Amino acid sequence: MAAPVLRGARAVRCWSLGVGPRRTRALFAESVSGRGSRRSSAAAREPRPGAHEWAAVVGLEIHTQISSNSKLFSGSQVTFLAPPNSLVSFFDASLPGTLPVLNKRCVEAAVMTGLALNCTVNKKSLFDRKHYFYADLPAGYQITQQRLPIAVNGSLTYNLGGGTHWSPSATKTVRIKQIQLEQDSGKSLHDDTRSQTLIDLNRAGVGLMEVVMEPDMSCGDEAATAVRELQLILRTLGTSQANMAEGQLRVDANISVHHPGEPFGVRTEVKNLNSIRFLAKAIDYEIKRQIEELQNGGKILNETRAFDEKLGCTVSMRDKEGKQDYRFMPEPNLPPLILYDAESLPVAADPQQVVNIDWIRERLPELPSVTRQRLVEQYGILPEHSFALLNEDGLLEFFQNVVKETRTEPKKVIGWILTTFLGYLKQQNLAVSESPISPSLLAELLNLLDRKAISVPAAQQVFEELWHNKGKTPGQIIREKKLELLQNQEELEEICQAVLDKHPQEVTAVKKGNQKVVNKLIGLVRRATQGRADPGRIKQILEKQLQ
Amino acid sequence: MSRGSARASWEAEMWRPTLRAALRAGGAGVGGCRNAGSDSGKAGSRVSAELIEHLERLALVDFRNREGVERLRAAIEFADRLRAVDTTGVAPMESVLEDRCLYLRADRVVEGNCVEDLLQNSRQTVEEYFVAPPGNITLPKQSEQDPVTQN
Repeated sequence: MAAPVLRGARAVRCWSLGVGPRRTRALFAESVSGRGSRRSSAAAREPRPGAHEWAAVVGLEIHTQISSNSKLFSGSQVTFLAPPNSLVSFFDASLPGTLPVLNKRCVEAAVMTGLALNCTVNKKSLFDRKHYFYADLPAGYQITQQRLPIAVNGSLTYNLGGGTHWSPSATKTVRIKQIQLEQDSGKSLHDDTRSQTLIDLNRAGVGLMEVVMEPDMSCGDEAATAVRELQLILRTLGTSQANMAEGQLRVDANISVHHPGEPFGVRTEVKNLNSIRFLAKAIDYEIKRQIEELQNGGKILNETRAFDEKLGCTVSMRDKEGKQDYRFMPEPNLPPLILYDAESLPVAADPQQVVNIDWIRERLPELPSVTRQRLVEQYGILPEHSFALLNEDGLLEFFQNVVKETRTEPKKVIGWILTTFLGYLKQQNLAVSESPISPSLLAELLNLLDRKAISVPAAQQVFEELWHNKGKTPGQIIREKKLELLQNQEELEEICQAVLDKHPQEVTAVKKGNQKVVNKLIGLVRRATQGRADPGRIKQILEKQLQ
Repeated sequence: MSRGSARASWEAEMWRPTLRAALRAGGAGVGGCRNAGSDSGKAGSRVSAELIEHLERLALVDFRNREGVERLRAAIEFADRLRAVDTTGVAPMESVLEDRCLYLRADRVVEGNCVEDLLQNSRQTVEEYFVAPPGNITLPKQSEQDPVTQN
């Protein structure tokens, strides 16, 4: 998979929408940075093909907290916000004599996620110990799956255009190397004033799925979109709530740059990214930094870096000497994990003790990519629309409920949902669940509009009124504010005639052939009717009367 | 899967060439072990000072003196007898539990809520938190340590 070519330090945008190298060269014909060009002109430089081109390579390691009642190897509760060390069992505190007992729900969650990501689920997988010392890891090791993880060799497809300019050519795929089950560590609160660290083990032992994505991505946008799609998949499956802000989804990015055709460069790892937006920013910054460093003759160190949100840059985090040796060894207290399918299912098995991959596969919910396609076919909306519907929690359900209760075409409903409704939500930073307008109310309003009881501008007014004054129905508002469309033909004709009588000059102008004046007359009639007349009808009547 | 994966890779590097030579010569024990611990950093020595330092950092054990290092060497020699068996084409045993069933627990909350018991084990606590030093404290380098441990 060829990575797009970046020209110099400025070229951090992804040329992923079908723009070829030739065009790139034309856009970035000038030399890169002042320092760089001075340097290269001073030193003897052998012209290498592609010497000014850079390609970036981004791989991701994503840890998601499994949505379960209890922890991976113990029966302590998994929940957010509890008094420190109250959700900790003797095993979680690694008191001697305790043993791990595997949680079935966590295994099922990993299998579901593996199947949704097109992985091969290993019928036999093994647990290992990964050793390192840190105060929030009381055992001194983490139980993980290094040798033989539960799922391998999958893929994730995402689309870069998204809700704005979806196009089939913007579809990309990233390979999933593996998915493994592992334990989470506790939380450290650093108290620098007293030179100590406070340890809360509530999170220690919570089940995690580590999803390793191969370095098939080439910029922040691609990585962010892939992570977003993974988030949607996990939430649809229910295997993780994948909320980055709450630490349920953690992403580490491995970034390196190289000249196309040459081997990959030294990579750095960027951690501490707690939102998708910062993920994209951090990756793009790091790519730029590495290119600048190498162009200035420097070297990239294989180190860990953190992202400083305020400064918008990555900083070195090195406080360990050299590479860690984790001394992986098999977890001696756990036999291999055996999964079954319909064929290999043992006959007289206790259902509680058996995880059947085929049974789980049959019960997988509809994945986002399939849903989007179905919505386009079912409602006749555009791919951008279905993308936008799935991108906001609860929006799809809202849309479907409105469509159920109104005769208006889904194509028209979608406009109201994505422009008006979503616009109001975003303005006040509300979630769909916090909307003051229910689907029924909106459906009622759209029905009135459809019956031509009110005009579109009037409908907008009613919407605003509904939003700010809860408890009123559209009908009530229309009556109160007298927004009904004037339906009476005679009344309309009277008003039109009156306007024509008051403006003889304009009438003469129209009769002479000036069509633009007709619009002015329509405007006058509209004002006279206080916006209660359909402009189309006014035009019809005026044209008849002007003959 | 190769045999080396379940054992530290440093071991495979250090031992294999000389061990094979010793085995070919028909000796069950490892011939070149006589000077274990007495040569620091010499190529081909069994247990070098670098190795001891590396192990002490990784596992936070203290070999303390020549006797400790000798005990390590003897333990490695004992384990190396496994290599006398030809295992080409035989799948490794990952666990002595390999024919046992891994018990799957139902996802119910049955433990926890024993903060007082847990905090009893800690000398220092602050409002139901355990207290630890700020980050890992790096070990001093070998040269700065007690000369008794150097060989």
